[in-house]
Amino acid sequence: METTVAKTGTEGKTWGGGNRPLNASYGKMMMWFFIVSDALTFSGFIASYGFSRFKFIDAWPIADEVFTHVPFLHGVPAPMYYVAFMTFILIFSSVTMVLAVDAGHKMQKNKVIIYMFFTIIGGAIFVGSQAWEWATFIKGDYGAVETKGGKIIQFLDTDGKRVALKDFAIAIPSERATHERKNGVWYDTEAETQTTFTYEEVKKGFLAHDNLLVRTQYLDENGEPTVLSRDASVDKLVNDGKLVVEGANLKHNEYGHPLFADFFFFITGFHGFHVFSGVLINIIVFFNVIIGTYERRGHYEMVEKVGLYWHFVDLVWVFVFTFFYLV
Amino acid sequence: MAHEHKLAIFRGLLKFKSNIQKIWGVFAFLSIITIVEVYLGITKPEYLTETRWFAMKAINWVFIILTLVKAYYITWDFMHMRDELKSLRRSVVWTFVFLICYLILILLIEGDYIYDIYKSNYVKFDF
Repeated sequence: METTVAKTGTEGKTWGGGNRPLNASYGKMMMWFFIVSDALTFSGFIASYGFSRFKFIDAWPIADEVFTHVPFLHGVPAPMYYVAFMTFILIFSSVTMVLAVDAGHKMQKNKVIIYMFFTIIGGAIFVGSQAWEWATFIKGDYGAVETKGGKIIQFLDTDGKRVALKDFAIAIPSERATHERKNGVWYDTEAETQTTFTYEEVKKGFLAHDNLLVRTQYLDENGEPTVLSRDASVDKLVNDGKLVVEGANLKHNEYGHPLFADFFFFITGFHGFHVFSGVLINIIVFFNVIIGTYERRGHYEMVEKVGLYWHFVDLVWVFVFTFFYLV
Repeated sequence: MAHEHKLAIFRGLLKFKSNIQKIWGVFAFLSIITIVEVYLGITKPEYLTETRWFAMKAINWVFIILTLVKAYYITWDFMHMRDELKSLRRSVVWTFVFLICYLILILLIEGDYIYDIYKSNYVKFDF
């Protein structure tokens, strides 16, 4: 081999090769590169959320009123508690991850296995919780009416309590034929998912109940959404109302501005996807630890690298938690 | 591979005997911060929601500062930034400080400007 390698006379010097820039191994360095660029993507998402929020600063949904559910506690308003639980799960899985990294440094294979296992379980609980949160958000709560201008109006009784559409809407019997392909133009399908009640039914029910009021999205000077008087409420619903909204999707959102739902789906979805892939990578590394790949390799740097990624996911959640649920 | 860990946090105020102890210590600290955040988020004390510092409710500043504190300890102790070279730390952190401050500044000013236009239908400043 001597003859094929050109000697440069720089062996052992700074540019002679074999140095590790910033004293980090290649793999860890690349993980940091990835983390920095990925974090900038998340920053872009969160900053654009801030942009839209400042754009509609006086009509932005209040997170406390949106995320009030805890599994198995139906009908008990408990804002924040479930997200707080999710945050703890993620921080705790970060702790088990860093304990696995520490055990890896000491070449304690069994401890690495146990801690990796707990990390994976924590990640799975988190992704499951997020799926549940999405489902609850998509399903919706009380229901609302969207006006012609695309604003959301919600319903309260005179005590200031929210009232669900199903509690006051009066059913108007009607025949509804499914639009089939053979009856229409070939590309024409049914427009959207049907809501439980039509706008006409909600209007009829609202007019029949004198104790109902309308709440708009605009915040008054106390930072609470404005509640209209009965006359103004009737006027608003009858003249401005257009369609019933139940739950949230990318176009309509019963809790307020559709952009809130859009950003919720994109940011928590993108983060949830990171957690999901983190769990997958963790599982791969977990099995590699079990079959002794890193034991033979002589070091557990792979655990350290996947650990970096996992902590990064936790770090992003800390920011998502703040900007979506707290601020 | 040598794995020396710096075991002191809070600028040397709190020293741990081993790396594992430090991990649990940092976890306790992060938990306390999270509990404080959740507590403030649920109770929303009036003295924080009424006061405004620099065009934002004081409570939001509290949340953001606590978040940055949490981010610091996750990066420094869980991601072992504390044990890396100063040059690596700086190339990661300053990238964010500059780019994100710039991004936030531009986007929030723009957002607020559009809000004003929607509200008053009047161009407030030209640029």
